[in-house]
Amino acid sequence: MTLSGLLVQLLNGLVDASSLFLVASGLSLIFGVTRIMNFAHGSFYMLGVYVAYTFVSHMGESVGGFWVAIILSSLVVALLGALIEIVILRRVYRAPELFQLLATFSLVLILQDLALFIWGPEDLFGPRAPGLTGSIEILGRNFPQYNLVMIVIGPAVLGILWLLLNKTRWGVLIRAATQDREMVSTLGVNQAWLFTSVFALGCFLAGLGGALQEPRIPANLALDLESIGTAFVVVVVGGMGSIPGAFLAALLIAEVKALCIALGTLHIFGIDFPMSKMTLVAEFLIMAIILVIRPWGLLGKPQAAARNDHSAEPPLRPSLPIFKWCTAALVLALLLVPVFEETFPYAQIILVEIFIAVLFAASLHFVMGPGGMHSFGHAAYFGLGAYGAAILVVTWKLPMELALVAGPLLAVLGALVFGWFSVRLSGVYLAMLTFAFAQIVWSIVYQWDDVTGGSNGIFGVWPSDWLSSTTALYYLTLSIMLAGILILRRILFAPFGLAIRAARDSDLRADAIGVDVKRVQWVAFVVAGLFGGIAGAIYVFSKGGISPEAIGVGRSIDGLVMVLLGGVQTLFGPIVGASIFTWLHDSVARETDYWKAVLGMIILLIVLLFPAGIVGTLSHLWHWVKHHILLQTKKEEASK
Amino acid sequence: MNKVLYKLVNSGLLVGTLIASAGWAADTIKIGEVNSYKAMSAFLGPYKKGWEMGLDEINSQGGVLGKNLEVIYRDDNANPGDAIRVAEELRTREKVSMIFGGFLSHTGLALTDYAKRRKMVYLAAEPLTDKIVWENGNDYTFRLRPSTYMQVAMLIPDAVKLNKKRWGLVYPNYEYGQSAVATFMELLSKAQPGVEFVVEQATPLGKIDAGSVVQALDDAKPDAIFNVLFGADLGKFVREGNTRGLFEGKEVFSLLTGEPEYLDPMGAEAPEGWYVTGYPWNKIDTPEHNAFKAAYEAKYGEYPRAGSVVGYTSIKTIAALIKKAGSTDTDDLIKAFSGLSHNTPFGPITYRSQDNQSTFGAFVGKTALVDGKGEMIDFHYIDGADVQPSDAEVAAMRPAN
Repeated sequence: MTLSGLLVQLLNGLVDASSLFLVASGLSLIFGVTRIMNFAHGSFYMLGVYVAYTFVSHMGESVGGFWVAIILSSLVVALLGALIEIVILRRVYRAPELFQLLATFSLVLILQDLALFIWGPEDLFGPRAPGLTGSIEILGRNFPQYNLVMIVIGPAVLGILWLLLNKTRWGVLIRAATQDREMVSTLGVNQAWLFTSVFALGCFLAGLGGALQEPRIPANLALDLESIGTAFVVVVVGGMGSIPGAFLAALLIAEVKALCIALGTLHIFGIDFPMSKMTLVAEFLIMAIILVIRPWGLLGKPQAAARNDHSAEPPLRPSLPIFKWCTAALVLALLLVPVFEETFPYAQIILVEIFIAVLFAASLHFVMGPGGMHSFGHAAYFGLGAYGAAILVVTWKLPMELALVAGPLLAVLGALVFGWFSVRLSGVYLAMLTFAFAQIVWSIVYQWDDVTGGSNGIFGVWPSDWLSSTTALYYLTLSIMLAGILILRRILFAPFGLAIRAARDSDLRADAIGVDVKRVQWVAFVVAGLFGGIAGAIYVFSKGGISPEAIGVGRSIDGLVMVLLGGVQTLFGPIVGASIFTWLHDSVARETDYWKAVLGMIILLIVLLFPAGIVGTLSHLWHWVKHHILLQTKKEEASK
Repeated sequence: MNKVLYKLVNSGLLVGTLIASAGWAADTIKIGEVNSYKAMSAFLGPYKKGWEMGLDEINSQGGVLGKNLEVIYRDDNANPGDAIRVAEELRTREKVSMIFGGFLSHTGLALTDYAKRRKMVYLAAEPLTDKIVWENGNDYTFRLRPSTYMQVAMLIPDAVKLNKKRWGLVYPNYEYGQSAVATFMELLSKAQPGVEFVVEQATPLGKIDAGSVVQALDDAKPDAIFNVLFGADLGKFVREGNTRGLFEGKEVFSLLTGEPEYLDPMGAEAPEGWYVTGYPWNKIDTPEHNAFKAAYEAKYGEYPRAGSVVGYTSIKTIAALIKKAGSTDTDDLIKAFSGLSHNTPFGPITYRSQDNQSTFGAFVGKTALVDGKGEMIDFHYIDGADVQPSDAEVAAMRPAN
């Protein structure tokens, strides 16, 4: 590669840096003020591309018309964002931490089907930007004119945002709210409208980022999920809430990718390293490295503790006898399901699916709820357990029974390594580091063809003969799930469980009474990894194989949704959440072509009706009723 | 607004028919269909229309073995695990006689393995991976569409004729792209010793950094390029390549780009003079295709895509299969499937007894801009039987069952 070639590749990197920055800056702004991890940010970006396609196609023939169309599209997206904030998000700000995630997750599903409904499934390639259709020569190469404009727009937006945040009263309020939002509202600032305006501005930036891509990429339905992962990475690498940090991070990531592509295939010691393949994982490697070195990102500051964090976590109590009897009855009913195979032939199959989801959700809940560490990458352990078992059977020819036990040990190994780094961070940074590790695991699995089967995965891994019938597998999965839940529950009531909960509620006080906080959290990670891995191993044998999709970011998010849906701070929550989510997923998809939107709306409804998760809200309700009735009877006794 | 209302009414009707269909299901032959409808909607929409039209034709002519055919279709979320779940549901609850479908390689391979496990016949309609009929082939699985190997082999004669020395390669970084490139390098090196592959770009699926990739290709100064990109990646690559002049003075060979699914979204941006495999729907003039096209346009008010032909042909294969077998018993179906011949919009095809691959072919030609839209010109049909490795090679690749 020549020097001039390298320089132009760096210029290419600048173009991508600008587009990354626009999306990430909005996300960072929204998080800084509202503390919402907006999963739907990529969806607003996608809508920006679609709306711009429509506007530019209709009015973008002149230079002026084109740019008006771009601004107009961004405004439409901003308006939609404001509307969503007012109608939906305002209702969940007071919900426990992370619960808003569920609301934005449901928005992803709804907005994607909305785009499908309006624009149809085909890729839509819009017209080029008038006046900027050609290229100019730079160092003997043709460089698209429009890309030069893109290079300028990124820093320009950075400058405008800086002015807005530093030189206006609104900006002062935003910065104040980023530091301490309760204080700002105590001082008489209308917090509701501040939040709405920030959310709208964030969506405007996402829309603008999308609209500016209109002349470069076809509008398509995969843009939302494609962009959201990278946007989160940029925000975290830069430091949550830091706009200049986001710019720096976007620059770093885009340039590293451009370099990987420019280097092509490297020959080192006779081995070929196809560097272009590294683009799949580059951003996650960068994030992992940055977070290990600088736990708050490049320009971030330690997160100020939000004041309603873990505020009123009631201590866990052993369950009442009546609850135990109900659970026993439920287990008995589950044991009897195979008797009715003739009438309900599908019941065992979907229940096996549910049991696996329950065990996975319960293991995630173990670190999330009592552990207080929000893992966004729990799929890594599921995946390691699954691939461990599959590889043992296919490559090492071990019997299934042994693989089922030994496979999850790979997950334990993964949790040992990832957990060691992760417990050194906290909050969102911990969550994102776990996410980075999960993505690294995924991309290794995806590309290591000889061992993992690459993108196709491993198949032909079926249970041993004595377990091959549907019913045998059903009983095996049921017993593994029950054992798993009981063990996890037992651990939580053991001294170690008390230490985990103490470490969550106050690491300083826990430390003062002699709890080695980091070590306890590390062990909690490993325990969760073990049971996540067991869920993965049993999944392999129920499906006859494993593929990268089953261990990707989708599974991590599904796990989060299950736990949050049921209620983070109840032990029964993840069980209910996983069962309902899996069942909904299976049954809604059969009824309508727009099942994503339907699923999204059901989740949204649950979010609005059960602000502490299904089990959480129900148990609050139960306590309220009990309290109320008790008081009533006491009063009556007193009056007698 | 009318469109919105229409869609609402339509989806309502759909739910209605689904519920209704459960009632009179007793006297039909049930066929299961598994595909990634949601994830790949642009490609599988026309495919579904294709098999629905074929199904209507079959049933209006009295069905098969005196019974109507009924297709129960399920979405697999582009995830092999889900594909197995819905296949299990179709087997246990719906009690289907066989399954067909699949689009992506990994769901296709998972269903291939499932078919063997549950001893159920599976017709892989769309997935391209060679492994379905070779390394991972089995007695229960048959495949309609020409495989990656066959599509690449179709392009080789033209590539050899041009005798270009320096080649650049660009492909999506997963099995389809990797195996297409490996086959291309192997076949071209064999036919044209001394050929050099000077640059190789494996891009993340759906996330190509088009500017950097185009420049990296250009900097290596290849005489010709072999491209396996498709969908949104292809669009970005072509637009960036056009602006930067990558394709000037270079020959480009490209898989599948001649299919309307990939060519049409690019509009006036569609590349000119590329050698492609594809489906020139508006220029094929054979009685079989004219009849198919007329019926499709009359039914749906739009032109057929490559997926439409595949969907239509799949269900026709199944009807011909059951008729030949005389029952829906798996052993009878397998016996009848091997060597099964029937007519399709592209002419007669046969399911080879060597590896269960059909001889369904594809069109090879060059792309051109006609009235501001990409089209295929100078094309000819290549029969699938003519682009196969020798029987000995096939036998060596297929595991003994």
